[in-house]
Amino acid sequence: MSQRKRSKGLSSSQMTDGEEDCSPSQRDQPFQDQMNQKVSELVQFLLVKDQKKIPIRRADMLKTVGQKYKNYTEIVNRAGKTLQEVFGLQLMEIDTKLHTYILIDNLPRAEGEYLCKDKEKEKMGLLLVVLSFIFMKGNSVKDTALWEFLRLLRVHPGKPHKVFGDVRKLLMDEFARQKYLDVTPIPLTDPPEFKFQWGPRAEKETSKKDVLKFVAKIQGKDPTFWVSQNKEAEAEAAS
Amino acid sequence: MAAQMTNAHRRFLQVLMSNGITEASQARKLHQHCCEIDKVYYAHDKLDDFISTINSHLQPLFMQIRKGISEEDGRAHYAVVNLAETEVTKMASDYTETELELFRKTMDLIILSENGFASSTDILNLADQLKTKKMKKKEAEQVLKVFVEDKWLSEKNGEYTLHTRCIIEMEQYILSNYQDVARKCNICHSLAIQSQVCECCGIGMHLPCVRKYFRGQAEPRCPKCNEFWSCDLPGTSQMGSHTHHRAHSQA
Ligand SMILES: [Zn+2]
Ligand SMILES: [Zn+2]
Repeated sequence: MSQRKRSKGLSSSQMTDGEEDCSPSQRDQPFQDQMNQKVSELVQFLLVKDQKKIPIRRADMLKTVGQKYKNYTEIVNRAGKTLQEVFGLQLMEIDTKLHTYILIDNLPRAEGEYLCKDKEKEKMGLLLVVLSFIFMKGNSVKDTALWEFLRLLRVHPGKPHKVFGDVRKLLMDEFARQKYLDVTPIPLTDPPEFKFQWGPRAEKETSKKDVLKFVAKIQGKDPTFWVSQNKEAEAEAAS
Repeated sequence: MAAQMTNAHRRFLQVLMSNGITEASQARKLHQHCCEIDKVYYAHDKLDDFISTINSHLQPLFMQIRKGISEEDGRAHYAVVNLAETEVTKMASDYTETELELFRKTMDLIILSENGFASSTDILNLADQLKTKKMKKKEAEQVLKVFVEDKWLSEKNGEYTLHTRCIIEMEQYILSNYQDVARKCNICHSLAIQSQVCECCGIGMHLPCVRKYFRGQAEPRCPKCNEFWSCDLPGTSQMGSHTHHRAHSQA
C-alpha cells in the first residue's frame, strides 16, 4: 500500500480513499505500472551483467527488484519473456542449487557463424578449437592432454600469449566463469589435475553438428569421416 | 501499432549492443547481413524504419537505439542507450568507485575546457586528489587507457576528449548536469564538446558543422552575431591555435 502511494506520488489520504472506490481494473493500473517498471529494471540489470557473461545470482536479481517485493516470480518470468521477444536472449537457470542464471543467445545460428558475433573474435576462435578438441576426444579431456594439444598450435599455457594473455587463466577462469567450459578437479591427484567438458553456455550457443562441421572443414574431410562423432552430432540435432 | 520484430531485428540489436558503438556504414552492412541470415524483407534505404521498429519495442524498457554524429569527422554512429538512468550505470558495473571518480573529474575538465580536450598531465594531477582513494599516476594512466579501449574517452597526442559513444549515451546526463557550461552546437543543436567558440558572442559549433557551414566562404562570419569568425577553419589552417588542429597541420 505505502509503495503504491509512493509510486504515484500521492500523499493526501483523500486521494488514496478515492482510489479504493475505483473499479478493479482502474485500481490495478498503478500496480501494473509498477510491475512494468520492475520488469524493465530487471531486464536492464540482466543486460548489463550479460555484457561480461558472468552468471547472475538470484540474490542480486532480488536486490534489483526490491527485497520485499512479493511478485518476484512473475517479474522474473516477464523479464525472461521480454528478453526473448525483444533481444532473442534466453534467461536460463544453470544451477538450481546455487540459483544462478545466464543469458543465452537464442537466435538460429547462421551457416558458418560459430559463436562469433562477439567483438572478441580471437578468443572465441580459441574457444571453438578447445570445444572441438573436447568433443572429438569423447566429450571430456584431461588438462594435460589439452595443454599438449594447444602447444601444437603454438599456444603455450605457461607463457603470456600476444592475443590471449594468460591462456591457462582464460580457459580455467574466464571461459569457466562464463559457463563455456566446465572445469572440474580430478579427486586425489597431486599435483591437481583437471577435467575439461563443455559448459551449459557452449551446449546452448553452439552444437556438436556445427563443431564437427568446423573440424571437417579444417581437415578438408566430410563430417561422416568421424563415424561415432557424426552419429552423436546427428542424434543431438534430431533431439 | 508497432511492427513486429523478426529475428533480423533481434540479431541487429544484439550486435549493436555488443559493439558499444557502430559506424553508420557498418550498421548498413549489418542491416543487410541480418536480413539475409533471417530471410526477411530487405531494402537498402529502409535502415531507419528497421531501427524504429526496434525502438518501438525498446521504448517500454526505457532504452533506445540512438544516432549521433562524430565530432571529429562528422560521420553518423549508432549506440543503444539507456534512457531511464541519469547516472553512469553501464559504467557503474564495470568500474570501481575510484575509477568512476577519475572519469567524472576527467569529464569535468573536458567539458569546462575551451576546446573540449583535457591534457593527460592535468588529468594525472587529479589522481592523488581523489576522495574515494588516492591513485598513483601509473595506475591512473592505466585506467585512462582502459577508458579509451572501452570507448568512453578518445585520445589524441596526449589530449583526451569524450568518445562519440560517450556523447551519444550521456548527452542527456551532460546537458542536465552541466547546464550552465555544456554548449549546444549552433548549427545542429546537439551537445558540442569539441567545438569552436565565437569570441564575440560565445556560441559554439562542431568542427564538422563549421566546415560545412563555412564551405566556400572567403570571409566567414558568425551565424549569430555576424562578426568575423575568429577561429581558424578546421582542416584549412597551417598553424592551429587549438590543440586539436595539430593532427590536421601534421597531415
Ligand atoms: Zn553541430
Ligand atoms: Zn558570434
